[in-house]
Amino acid sequence: MSAVSEEVEPLLALRGVSVTYHTAEGPLPAVRGVDLTLAPGEVVGLAGESGCGKSTLVSTVLRLQPTGAEVDGEVLVLGQDVQTISWGKLRALRWAGASIVFQGALHSLNPVQRIGRQIAEPITLHEPELRPEQVQRRVDELLEQVGLSASRARSYPHQLSGGQKQRVMIAMALACRPQLIVADEPTTALDVMVQAQILDLLRDLVRDLDVGLLIISHDLSVLADVCDRVLVMYAGRIVEAGTAGEVFVEPLHPYTAALSGAFPRIGDPAARYAPAGLAGDPPDPRSLPEGCSFAPRCSRAVDRCTHAEPPLVEVHGRPVACIRAGES
Amino acid sequence: MTATPTAVQLTPGQVARRRRAQAARRTWAGFRSHRSGLFGLALLLFFVLVALLAPLLADSEGLEVTKATGGVLQPPSSGYPLGTDENGRSILTLLIWGSRISLFVGMLATLISMIIGTLIGLASGFFEGWPARLLFRVTEWFLVIPFVPLAIVLATVLGRSLINIVIVIGITGWAGTAMLIRSQTLSIKERPYVERARVLGAGRWHQMSRHILPNVMPMVFANTTLTVALAILAETTLSFLGLGDPTRVSWGSMLEDAFAVGAMTTGAWWYIVPPGVCVVLVVLAFTLVGQALEEVFNPRLRER
Amino acid sequence: MSEFAAAGPAVAAQEAGTGHRRTYGRYVLGKVLGSLGSLFFVMVVGFFLFRVLPGDPARTLGRGRFKTEAQLEAFRAQYGLDQPLPLQFLTYLKTTFTGDMAESLRYRVPVSDLILDRLWPTLLLVGTSTALATVIGVYLGVISAWNRGKATDKITTGTTLTLYSMPEWWLGLLLIAALAVGAGPLPGIFPTGGLHSVDAVPGTVGYVADTALHLVLPVTTLVLVYLADFSLIMRSSLLDELGEDYLTTARAKGLRDVVVRRRHAVRNALLPTTTLIALSIGFVVSGAITVETVFSIPGLGLLATEALTIPDYPVLQGTFLVTSAAVIVANLLANLVYGLLDPRVRT
Repeated sequence: MSAVSEEVEPLLALRGVSVTYHTAEGPLPAVRGVDLTLAPGEVVGLAGESGCGKSTLVSTVLRLQPTGAEVDGEVLVLGQDVQTISWGKLRALRWAGASIVFQGALHSLNPVQRIGRQIAEPITLHEPELRPEQVQRRVDELLEQVGLSASRARSYPHQLSGGQKQRVMIAMALACRPQLIVADEPTTALDVMVQAQILDLLRDLVRDLDVGLLIISHDLSVLADVCDRVLVMYAGRIVEAGTAGEVFVEPLHPYTAALSGAFPRIGDPAARYAPAGLAGDPPDPRSLPEGCSFAPRCSRAVDRCTHAEPPLVEVHGRPVACIRAGES
Repeated sequence: MTATPTAVQLTPGQVARRRRAQAARRTWAGFRSHRSGLFGLALLLFFVLVALLAPLLADSEGLEVTKATGGVLQPPSSGYPLGTDENGRSILTLLIWGSRISLFVGMLATLISMIIGTLIGLASGFFEGWPARLLFRVTEWFLVIPFVPLAIVLATVLGRSLINIVIVIGITGWAGTAMLIRSQTLSIKERPYVERARVLGAGRWHQMSRHILPNVMPMVFANTTLTVALAILAETTLSFLGLGDPTRVSWGSMLEDAFAVGAMTTGAWWYIVPPGVCVVLVVLAFTLVGQALEEVFNPRLRER
Repeated sequence: MSEFAAAGPAVAAQEAGTGHRRTYGRYVLGKVLGSLGSLFFVMVVGFFLFRVLPGDPARTLGRGRFKTEAQLEAFRAQYGLDQPLPLQFLTYLKTTFTGDMAESLRYRVPVSDLILDRLWPTLLLVGTSTALATVIGVYLGVISAWNRGKATDKITTGTTLTLYSMPEWWLGLLLIAALAVGAGPLPGIFPTGGLHSVDAVPGTVGYVADTALHLVLPVTTLVLVYLADFSLIMRSSLLDELGEDYLTTARAKGLRDVVVRRRHAVRNALLPTTTLIALSIGFVVSGAITVETVFSIPGLGLLATEALTIPDYPVLQGTFLVTSAAVIVANLLANLVYGLLDPRVRT
């Protein structure tokens, strides 16, 4: 624990955040008590399968969760609790303080507006004093920053490829020079070559602009590549955290091991014979199993696992939620 | 050691029947949750009952002009709950018997346009090449062209009879169904199981009848209901214009007579209002049921 | 466009600029050709309309009016029915385009004259009604969609569904009975029919006002029924649009909800609405025909319904051709405008 990190205010601090949807069939706990901090210049990854609650968690960062979703705990962005501040302060914070690169760029862009206009929209909103030429210049700069030609501003979304659309989303996220960017599955649905380019781009941007970046992905190898720290989420809770190297190479939680084992390591002969993939499905949040929610799928589960949900405790210097973590 | 129960062997036919019964139960359960659909269904059943039980509810002699005993255009009274027409006949009797024609024409014409529309829709969606494209253009054409000018020419040429009205409405009203079925066929055609059937050597006819048609049928069913609503409106309009069967009474022909004798200017509201209200209620009923069915079969619409 | 190749700025700019114009031109061409095809099909159908029944068209067309063979011969000669079919078709095409159509059986004047005479009132009626119904209907549809599930929505949807289930001419009859003749406490202030009062002098302001007064009830009738249809269409389109992801992006940018809905959702929902409303123009024309009949407006509709009694076949054929062609042209215009609004159809 370095003294320096305690003085710098974290860009993002989630403290005991829970999100419960109130559906016709009863309450649905999508997120159950998550803690997370992100400091300036840091790249933090959040890993997990679909349905584990990561996208729901992301939606709380700018108070974009669906109506009818109850949020408990504190969601502190740049020191302000976005869930309780006034609408005026929230709107000022949106995009100018923190922005989101949304999943599925195909549907996250207005299909009948030119992308230049869509990128300019938050700029004119948050900096109304700028003249049109200044706004246009900023749009051109942003496009070039993400590796697109400035003439692309006149294109419509359907005229761009998947990778190009994703770059547009990133350019748009940078438009108001936020201090925090959240990227929700930025490389999903892109082919591997394009994935690599996008990740390089994100890494360069973080380094050049000194922003904080939170990346959400189900692909642990993507996170291992770019992130400083990684948190692993399962059934609405954090089950492991650590540096990218630690989590990927020496996973302590059986779920993390399965996630990282699912991706072959080139040059490691043992990986070829290791069982890949994970049987079963993530649990239905409406009917979570007794005790550890991962136990039904866990190869190392014992009878004790079904007694109580394992708390997040420190093992080998980092938090893990497994009673058998660290056993040889 | 517990004894394992012997599994019950079902034939494929039995399995299919059970699945269909389950699907029907699920559909009904979904439909039941739509209050508007239930209301529409109740209205519908009411009118169908009235039409079927017409001989019991009102003496058919009341339709005969020569046997009319009431005064001319009399307002409602105890003997004539809805008043009389210009021949002295009871409006209520005319209304009850008129329901038969309106419903009969509506349903039969819809049957014709459903058959034509389904065939053309399937063909233009399933086949490739210029014949399919041509069918699509023809469908579009029928959809765009105004109904009344075309219908009145056809009805005039064919002559005034019940069956001719049915034909006219049937052959002018299939385009909406064809469009819907075409778009459904196009999307189902691309689904993996159809592709698999093709690769396994399924002929075109087999693909259409065994794979595409069963999946299209639910939407067709919902669309049929909505089409009946339009057909009834069409029959009423054509009868009003004087193209209906002169020997039969329908709600439209009642309004034609009412208009001819100037019921609006003489204030004979009992002649104008009831037939129109019946038309509105029946059309509304079919529309509500059809919309509810659409929502049941197309979950995407449910959030409305 | 390959990701790896960075297009030179000049080339890219050219693509973005002229490409837009070029593809809209292609779109226009496609739509115009399609409309020409539809118009041709209208002609074909118009030609075969009276040859629907087997047997001698002369007997069909002159049903009951010609007693002797000589009369039938004369009729055949006049209408060229003794010529081979392809030649008849060509003659038909020629005479229709030159306006040299047959004579009305009733009025004994060329049908084209009758149609030109009666065109203006119908245009006035259809044009005004469509414009008003679109504006009011779209507005109501937006409000319904905003307040989905609440009382406003339920009342609006219920009312519009009921109006949608009504025959337009019946509503017209009710309005005449209620507001033209007067029933109970309602005053009979509107004219019961016709387009002009007997003593109105053309060319004066009073004439215009008089015409407008006569149009109030017919236009109201058509507007009430069609705004129901359009409002349901708009409500449906907007509800579809409200589920889209790009609206979340817009909110995330800090835009206020009203702005998000107005600038993004409603704008985009207007596109499919435009298409669907354009398709409904045929219904408005159909409705106008029956409404003209009820209100005795001297337009194409009344011409057609009066022609039913004889039956005056040339007039019926003429009105079919003209109304169908008009609807196809109106649709073409709507499509062209749509092509300007939605960039996706151009590429």
